[in-house]
Amino acid sequence: MSEGHSTYTPKTGVGRWFDARLPLPRLVYDSFIAYPVPRNLNYAWTFGGILSIMLVAQILTGIVLAMHYTSDTNLAFNSVEKIMRDVNDGWMLRYLHSNGASFFFIAVYVHIFRGLYYGSYKAPRELLWILGCIIYLLMMATGFMGYVLPWGQMSFWGATVITGFFTAIPLVGDWIQQLLLGGFAVDNPTLNRFFALHYLLPFMIAGVVVLHIWALHVVGQSNPTGIEVKSKTDTVAFTPYATIKDALGMIVFLLFFAYFVFYMPNYLGHPDNYTIANPLKTPAHIVPEWYFLPFYAILRAITFNIGPINSKLGGVLAMFGAIAMLFIVPWLDTSKVRSAVYRPWYKLFFWLFAANCIMLGWLGSRPAEGSYVVMAQLCTLFYFAFFLIVLPVLGLIETPRRLPNSITEAVLEKNKGGSGHPAGATASPETKG
Amino acid sequence: MSETDTHDPNRRDFLYIATGMAGAVGAAAVAWPFIDQMQPDASTLALASIEVDVSSLTPGMSLTAKWRGKPVFIRNRTPEEIKAAQDVKLEDLKDPLARNANLASDATATDADRSGGEGKENWLVMVGVCTHLGCIPLGQQGEYGGWFCPCHGSVYDTAGRIRGGPAPENMAVPVFSFISDTKIRVG
Repeated sequence: MSEGHSTYTPKTGVGRWFDARLPLPRLVYDSFIAYPVPRNLNYAWTFGGILSIMLVAQILTGIVLAMHYTSDTNLAFNSVEKIMRDVNDGWMLRYLHSNGASFFFIAVYVHIFRGLYYGSYKAPRELLWILGCIIYLLMMATGFMGYVLPWGQMSFWGATVITGFFTAIPLVGDWIQQLLLGGFAVDNPTLNRFFALHYLLPFMIAGVVVLHIWALHVVGQSNPTGIEVKSKTDTVAFTPYATIKDALGMIVFLLFFAYFVFYMPNYLGHPDNYTIANPLKTPAHIVPEWYFLPFYAILRAITFNIGPINSKLGGVLAMFGAIAMLFIVPWLDTSKVRSAVYRPWYKLFFWLFAANCIMLGWLGSRPAEGSYVVMAQLCTLFYFAFFLIVLPVLGLIETPRRLPNSITEAVLEKNKGGSGHPAGATASPETKG
Repeated sequence: MSETDTHDPNRRDFLYIATGMAGAVGAAAVAWPFIDQMQPDASTLALASIEVDVSSLTPGMSLTAKWRGKPVFIRNRTPEEIKAAQDVKLEDLKDPLARNANLASDATATDADRSGGEGKENWLVMVGVCTHLGCIPLGQQGEYGGWFCPCHGSVYDTAGRIRGGPAPENMAVPVFSFISDTKIRVG
């Protein structure tokens, strides 16, 4: 649609009749068939499609699981065990859903880091990026509430710790926490409302995804060079080129997913969650799901008071601040050049940042004691320095490499003197002028 | 009508503002029940007080009672624990306030104001919830022989006062009273 006018022409009488009244087939044709995509998109760009598939899969498995689940503290744990043992194929549906959440987050992290590496958030794609951040926030809320539903020990204590964040807010904190819990501690009212919200939020995600794709189709996709599409030779049609590439990406991703579901379904979970929730006993070592670990490490890293802000509020602010950084990235990065391919220093810091995030994740899984605390504090410092110092300053002092004039030039340059595809072959259409 | 058009503000402005105000008040009135229903309900609030028999606790023993869905630690402290808690100077404490619901909110965290008080200083009654993020600390552990929270490493002394780690406050002492020498009412 960045190309402007629609090229859809209905072939049948029914098609013309329909198109004049509700141009839905035209929308699909323009968005997923004729839609021009940059010819140089690599496999990092297939994760948007993968994420759509995962959202649909989670909603499907979730709806059927809800038909067998009971959200009452006396029954919830056993109803999940019933799904695992008695419900036909229940074990598979539940493992698809619980591992699906993890793989949803794997895909979203690749998607976010791709955006950071190639500068996909820069003008005119700021709103597209922010809508993505909102989807990520909704995903975190959904993932957290879903983890509470089996009513195991980690469910209960994870819910206790995370709703405890809100008590750090001065004056109204306790009231907000009671509003969330429906009581003074995590209990039946909490489980019921979490179930209702866990069912609602995926549909809100789907709504924001529609806005996300709409915004994408207004500004067009970015690409590995970060140069805007300038002419028709810079693009190829969505179908078959992007469709087939996305399809291969999805199949490979789903292979990994299936391997986890069928061969190591509990690898990403925690054994303590197969113990029924006990409000009077905290497990020796509470850890959230793996996809929250970096933020959990940041929360625990603040062990000291900062002026009037005590350590508890400081930890909560740092944790939410870590997520808030993503929202303002488009305005923190001062560089005119989008892609890290042409930014040698940014490329270095990007990989340091990625390694730092993995390090934070590992530290989040360790107990909060001794040298782990110091390491988490250093990693937290680097996390914020990347956004607040590296991104703004690097754009001003870094000398980027020479940018090609167009996507076509970049592609042809890369393949000059290369393997030499026979002219007219259907393979690698992106390499031909 | 042409005369009213020249007046500013006119009757139409008044009608717009009045309608807008009525609409805003109406929206707030409809929104409130949706927020209010999330607050603790009557059955949750009804579990406000419990009575606990502590006759079986000899010095060095504790029990955990459940009050408002939370654990309440009741400990018959040993003379050594009392001595250790009394010997701590107030300026060494991270939180200098007693956090005792039976006393004024500015009472200091002396051992007397944290425990059952004069003649009952061996009794410690407190909500066994870490003031950091709500985990339940493990008893008679950690650097000070008091409580240790396994979640994020907060350390409490033998009077339940925060001494180290991320928790900001001493563990809360709930409203409680001795009905008899062996019976405590919490709440």
